[in-house]
Amino acid sequence: MTCPLNGPRNISEFVYGGEVVTMPDPARSTDAEWADYVFLEENPAGVVREWWCHAPTSFWFIAERDTVRDEILRTYPAGEVFKDRIDFP
Amino acid sequence: MPFGLIKYGFNKEYPARVDLPPACDLKDSYDVVIVGGGGHGCAAAYYLATEHGITDVAVLDKGYLGGGNTARNTAIIRANYLTPDGVNFYAESVGLYKELSNALDYNIMYSERGHLTLAHTDSAVRTMRWRAEVNKHLGVESELIFADEIARLCPTLDLSDDVRFPVLAALYHPPGSIARHDAVAWGYAAGAARHGVEFHQKTEVTGIVKEAGRVVAVETERGTVKCGQVIQAVAGSSSLVARMAGFKLPIRTIPLQACVSQPLKPFLDPIIVSGSLHAYVSQSARGELVMGGSTDPYPLYGTRSSLDFKEGLMAHMLELFPFLGEVKVLRQWAGMADMTPDFSPVMGETPVENYWLDAGWGTWGFKATPVCGKRMAETVATGRVPDILQPFRLSRFEEFDQVGEKGAASVGH
Repeated sequence: MTCPLNGPRNISEFVYGGEVVTMPDPARSTDAEWADYVFLEENPAGVVREWWCHAPTSFWFIAERDTVRDEILRTYPAGEVFKDRIDFP
Repeated sequence: MPFGLIKYGFNKEYPARVDLPPACDLKDSYDVVIVGGGGHGCAAAYYLATEHGITDVAVLDKGYLGGGNTARNTAIIRANYLTPDGVNFYAESVGLYKELSNALDYNIMYSERGHLTLAHTDSAVRTMRWRAEVNKHLGVESELIFADEIARLCPTLDLSDDVRFPVLAALYHPPGSIARHDAVAWGYAAGAARHGVEFHQKTEVTGIVKEAGRVVAVETERGTVKCGQVIQAVAGSSSLVARMAGFKLPIRTIPLQACVSQPLKPFLDPIIVSGSLHAYVSQSARGELVMGGSTDPYPLYGTRSSLDFKEGLMAHMLELFPFLGEVKVLRQWAGMADMTPDFSPVMGETPVENYWLDAGWGTWGFKATPVCGKRMAETVATGRVPDILQPFRLSRFEEFDQVGEKGAASVGH
């Protein structure tokens, strides 16, 4: 896998971190919406966008991966998707 | 005696045993359609027919009977779980398994071996004590044992201190068993077929038809079939089929790999599991060591094997049994496991009426085959989810009321 920070590295150096999903507003969401965010998975057979971490450097990034062909299509820093800063009260 | 043998073979008094009738056309409609012809689907069909008199049933499978995870598990049966809900549920399964060869008139080669879960750390010993107490309270044989007793049960295990993780204690579960996994699916299928249940292999379900929130038909490659009720039992593809029905599941599809060694003389009676070392092993009737470890590090819809997995597993196997160093691996394979966040299954009601779910069977599905079949059949026949399945309902997630069994999963983490 190619880490956007460290370049190509052995897959055993990386940790899978789950699908990229949008967090609902914790103050306004219902239990069902929050459970959907926390527990439910799209789990597609095909291309999925997910979080990965390069463990030795603790660098989190996003990968597009084909879950049928076992191929990593693209990796990029999370900043490409998350452009706005989120401040928690 | 070749002539005598030929005469016997053609004698009409001894007809060849036919387990499944030849394939037939799909009917327009069935009372119950079971999607998935693995152990769970076949068992549900069997109990629907035998215990509830519901025989207008079709079992559909996109491949062949028992060709998915039923053929790919490591055939271990036990009930030494952690939560009372889990222990009760799996204990009923072990009870059914014990009688299954007789009940089905089909030899599933049930072999009671005893099951040892090794503890290498103080925290693991604590969890073993906890499990032993919960088990005993619910009438399941289980106890914590130490080096002398472990050595008596498994003399070949390395119990010395000069390894990276010495064995401190073990949870001993005498009813732990192994069985012939294929025979479980075949036996249930043959039993159900004798009562008129139809099995349609190579029949992929391509869509679920709903009307007013209720399932009314199943679309297949071979045409649309109307149905009163549906059981979904498609481990590995649960999320994909559920999406056809219009809902999401708390499941990640992650491969679980396993392998067997070349056959050896019998030396290993009990099943040995080490959660800390991510390894488990039993010796089959053929003498092969059946070995497995933890699930793969990321989700995948594939059954490839990897060298990473084998290297990790073998390093730990050699720590337990150093003399296996020269033994060859004979076969390797993988199955696609439905991993849930709490390491418990998801069963029962779904957002779609008359559409019943049997999923989330991660790395613990084979041992639950009889109880799942029996209780899913009861669910369909009575329209009510029995109490023993209630803890595993899909809605437990939005109620934040999970059944945490990670501590009792062999090595699935």
